[in-house]
Amino acid sequence: MNLHEYQARALLKAAGIPVPDGEVVTTPEEAEAAARRLGGKVVIKAQVHAGGRGKAGGVKLAGSPEEARARARDILGMTIKGLVVKRVLVVPAAEIASESYAGIIVDRASQKPVVMVSPAGGIDIEEVAARTPEKIFRVAVDPRYGLLPHQAMGLAFKLYRQIDQVRAAARILEQLYRVFIDAGASLVEINPLATTPDGKVLALDAKLVVDDNELERRPEIAAMRDLDSEAPEEVRAREAGLSYIKLDGTVGCCVNGAGLAMATMDLVKYYGGEPANFLDIGGSSNPQKVVAALEIITADKNVRVILFNIFGGITRCDDVARGIVEATGKTPLDRPLVIRLTGTNEDQAVAILKEAGFSALTDMDEAVRQAVALAKERA
Amino acid sequence: MSIFVNRETRLVVQGITGRDGSFHARQMMEYGTAVVAGVTPGKGGQKFEGRVPIFDTVAEAVAEAGANTSVIYVPARFAVDAILEAADAGISLIVCITEGIPVLDMVRALPYVRERGCRLIGPNCPGAISPGESKVGIIPAQICRPGSIGVVSRSGTLTYEIVHQLSRAGLGQSTCIGIGGDPIIGTSFIDCLAAFEADPATEAVVLIGEIGGTDEQEAARYVKEHMTKPVVGFIAGQTAPPGRRMGHAGAIISGSSGTAAEKMEALRKAGIGVMARPAEVVPLLRERMGR
Repeated sequence: MNLHEYQARALLKAAGIPVPDGEVVTTPEEAEAAARRLGGKVVIKAQVHAGGRGKAGGVKLAGSPEEARARARDILGMTIKGLVVKRVLVVPAAEIASESYAGIIVDRASQKPVVMVSPAGGIDIEEVAARTPEKIFRVAVDPRYGLLPHQAMGLAFKLYRQIDQVRAAARILEQLYRVFIDAGASLVEINPLATTPDGKVLALDAKLVVDDNELERRPEIAAMRDLDSEAPEEVRAREAGLSYIKLDGTVGCCVNGAGLAMATMDLVKYYGGEPANFLDIGGSSNPQKVVAALEIITADKNVRVILFNIFGGITRCDDVARGIVEATGKTPLDRPLVIRLTGTNEDQAVAILKEAGFSALTDMDEAVRQAVALAKERA
Repeated sequence: MSIFVNRETRLVVQGITGRDGSFHARQMMEYGTAVVAGVTPGKGGQKFEGRVPIFDTVAEAVAEAGANTSVIYVPARFAVDAILEAADAGISLIVCITEGIPVLDMVRALPYVRERGCRLIGPNCPGAISPGESKVGIIPAQICRPGSIGVVSRSGTLTYEIVHQLSRAGLGQSTCIGIGGDPIIGTSFIDCLAAFEADPATEAVVLIGEIGGTDEQEAARYVKEHMTKPVVGFIAGQTAPPGRRMGHAGAIISGSSGTAAEKMEALRKAGIGVMARPAEVVPLLRERMGR
């Protein structure tokens, strides 16, 4: 789960990291009032879960409270990568002497948390990694000890020469590591980690991604989820226990298992079609999940044909068949259905579908070919 | 012969009285796996299906029933302790089926497990089956046939799809193993490739990867440098958009890395036969094996 910048900076601040004041507002009038309280000259930042906010025009400088109101009016309601901006963060426009980067991820290769810093801050760190990898410094942390003081100092020396700044940055890194662990994060970033002309070290932006598997035991973090900022059909899918991602194609896919779901989408493309979604109904699928899945797929008006690809293991094919019959009994489908089922209880599933007037295939390629052909016919 | 699970496997099922644990314990017993014990705290002294002794702790299952392998079906919030308990009890192979374990918990658990000389497969994996010998986990046995193809995968049902294609064409398997879809897992592609290379019963290997991370690239480098047996590969997620997690916690393209195209290219460069779709596995393997 992604946190908004204003949520992430609140966590950083609570951990003692120096973060400038700021206010989250939802109207231009509030932005103006906030700017007045923050000293007049401010930056207005769109709060959406999308990278490249600046390039999309979602981050603007305002020289006065009146201008803050105008810029907030520009940004509120604008769409960035399909997401409507409903909140903006108003922060004082800080004078910056230097911009660095600090971040922590769980590194798959070393299987440890890795703390990274770079003196080349303020720009996308992946760009730095691609162009000037020698400007990124890393330390793999033994999770049983945490980030050790000498490791934090070692990294901080890569950023600053002045010992006061080095100490300040090292303290920030240790605090950042604590935020990372306490929030159950898979990524936390400060970019830029800035210095001001008078020598202070400050976190000017914050990004935090929480491991979804941590949310059950961290209700205070789970409560930060902003349903408004996610596609409504993805919220519905999650509530139904499904994993769904909308794409732009016309072949609606309903599959059990993430790997097979991706392979099914790939095969749709291979045969000249475009998948409309990723949808994994998960392991032990009950008929209700299938009903919810069909509702979500059919709500997408781009979908011209619905393809089921089920390989029964824990998932029983007859459960899926019952779900299909139940869902289509309630609201008859206005689009064709291609069903492929094989594995556990395949025969019962075929019998259930047959009685309801459906046919089922057993071969994945054949099913995908048929679905793609139907999508093209209905173009 | 086979890798990791075989006729020597003496299995303890952690969470044997739970819904998933009991169902799959029965399936494994029907397949002929030596299920020698179950563990459910508070139910020690009872019997599962009238014959498998249930213990309160894994240590008792090791001491009294001689268990050497454990499979874990307990819910996510108890699963890490179940893994550590098995490692402390002297189990040599732990297979964790449970999904939903926090990544940072695994980061702490793995060194603990390894220091005790123990191998973990998973978590969030379907387990392993050596057809005709032993099954540990949830892979449907009816789709497998004994033979000489090693299969290693990050996925569950996609593995079944490919194994099904192999079996239908008469290409049986030495061992099929799902290593799990999480970012931090106990057994890597490379661990499995090395074991298959050393296993005299394995003639060729199928590697099934997906988007996210660089495990497939590292596996490709290993194949190029260390393997003499033919390897063919498939990468799922060619149509996946960047920045979105595709079901598995590990299946996410971040920035420019972890894409299917990049992984397929790495496999090709290492001399691995790359399938464009699962149905190509049989012809490609036959070609590489020269038969």
